[in-house]
Amino acid sequence: MFDFILSKYNYWIYIILMMIGFYAMIGKKNLVKKIIGINIFQTAIILFFISTAAKRGGTLPIVEHAHGHGIHHIHAASYINPLPHVLMLTAIVVMVSTLGVALAIVIAIYRRYNTLEEDEILEQRKWSRSPLF
Amino acid sequence: MVPQSPVLVVVIPLICAFLTLLFGWWRKGLCYPITLVSLSSSFLASLHTLHAVITTGTIHYHLGNWEPPWGIEYVVDHLNAFVLAIVSFVSLVVAISSKRSVEQELPEKIVYFYCVFLLQVTGLLGIVVTGDMFNLYVFLEIASLAGYALIAIGEDGAPFASFNYLIFGTIGACFYLLGVGYLYVISGSLNMADLSQILPGLYQSKVVLVAFAFFMVGVSLKMALFPLHVWLPDAYTYAPSTVSALLAPLMTKVGAYVMIRVMFTVFKPYFSIELIPVTAVLSWMAAGAILFGAVMALAQIDLKRMLTYILVSEVGYIALGVGLANRQGLTGAILHILNDSFMMLALFLVVGAVMYRSGEREIPQLRYLHRRMPFTMAAFVIAALSVIGIPPTCGFFSKWYLILGAIAASQWVFVAVLLISSLLNVILFFRVIEHAYLEPHEEHASGGLELAIATEEAPLSMLIPTLIATAGIMVFGVLSGKIISTIIQFAVPTSF
Repeated sequence: MFDFILSKYNYWIYIILMMIGFYAMIGKKNLVKKIIGINIFQTAIILFFISTAAKRGGTLPIVEHAHGHGIHHIHAASYINPLPHVLMLTAIVVMVSTLGVALAIVIAIYRRYNTLEEDEILEQRKWSRSPLF
Repeated sequence: MVPQSPVLVVVIPLICAFLTLLFGWWRKGLCYPITLVSLSSSFLASLHTLHAVITTGTIHYHLGNWEPPWGIEYVVDHLNAFVLAIVSFVSLVVAISSKRSVEQELPEKIVYFYCVFLLQVTGLLGIVVTGDMFNLYVFLEIASLAGYALIAIGEDGAPFASFNYLIFGTIGACFYLLGVGYLYVISGSLNMADLSQILPGLYQSKVVLVAFAFFMVGVSLKMALFPLHVWLPDAYTYAPSTVSALLAPLMTKVGAYVMIRVMFTVFKPYFSIELIPVTAVLSWMAAGAILFGAVMALAQIDLKRMLTYILVSEVGYIALGVGLANRQGLTGAILHILNDSFMMLALFLVVGAVMYRSGEREIPQLRYLHRRMPFTMAAFVIAALSVIGIPPTCGFFSKWYLILGAIAASQWVFVAVLLISSLLNVILFFRVIEHAYLEPHEEHASGGLELAIATEEAPLSMLIPTLIATAGIMVFGVLSGKIISTIIQFAVPTSF
């Protein structure tokens, strides 16, 4: 059992991080803490993708003099997989844009309600609604 | 024959989004014409694509000439050519109607509004056209991020509603991304066609099951399928009217398209239907959505909020058609993507026009509206008849196919749910029509008030799009047999 956890420790860390982020997104009342939760969640996904690409003893996937310098025997197993890294570059861009949009919205919320606590905002919204609700 | 038409559909709005920003700094008035030109050309390109797909079959477009499993590929078959034409047409109609209401609601943000509007359309079109799982994630996030921004510039409660949407939307997108990751780990491919070749040998693997679960939850969040719909009513109620008219018909339908694509193209139908009982769960969730949406809509006083709950219920119809997993059911679901887009478009445009003229949208305040805005209200009544499902309108035909599908699957509970929801919709819309059309008796008798109510119809730039949407509801109702025989019957997987 202990071996099972230890041999795949990167995936366990990814799951624990993801759950911490998920809890912060759902459970925390403060909007900035929710945003931090989003970031932890997304970082955990990056860790997952990157650790699937890693190989023990693997090297950079760059083949020197690949064209016109005789036959190279390329052992794919000795190179780490570059594709997840490239996917994660795009995912980081998406993360940063999400963060930007989220922070801009939070600024708008703060200007309106003067607080970032979800329950206090809901309290204020309840009073501003018309009695018909 | 323009071989580039699939990519032009997406690229034109993308480039024009930045052109609006550039020209907007110079002349604010240029944004609206640029948006119209770009969306019209995008619509023409999508029509061309649809025509090419009908005449010659599936189109494969390799971006930058990279061969499919390695490069990104756009694949357009009958299903996405159909959805592509809907998305580009609906966004064009919304863009035409946007002029006056944006000038009224967001006078200082016109330039940025049109820029983000075009990015939103780019995202939606990209989701539909792509044949690559990761590319779909990127477009999903483009559409969602633009959506958060567009909703947040709405009225009082909008930023907070948008923030909630952002939390749920991000969870949905992250789950989708994890699903892509799990599929890549097990199969080494991101191309949909390639995946559907590789995966059948791996269907017993737990990794594939987990990936499928992530996809279903993530996409359900994005398409607001009950019980994951909680973000939708607030977000679409407080958004500016133009934004509601764009997002309500399209975002949920594109989500439904992704669900059909993942369940029946990336995974083979027999995996989604027989190996794991996901379609049964999906049908029950959909039945819950249909009833819950209709009942919650009954409790609303705000007309726009009522429509958002009807939208939750309409998403349930599509999911039910997918969950029934037979030919009639899926035909109904795909037909409902078209019909519901036009119904929601017409209804939200009417609410936008009423908001523009009177600034009110609570149902008791709609009195005398049929005299103030006769054409707009006529459009509302036709759209309402279509949501209820009265024969010449298009809503009848998709409901008909859904009921046929439920009967073919011997699921009598779902037949009952579909009929009950029609009855609930009658009550819902009659409540609105009662307030807008029928007048109190005593005021009528005095006769003095009749002159006081002058006609103040919505401006032409808003009225014409509303009438186009309404005409669409009637025309697609009449032509639904032809649409099914030329497009939809090829979009349903052959194994059904």
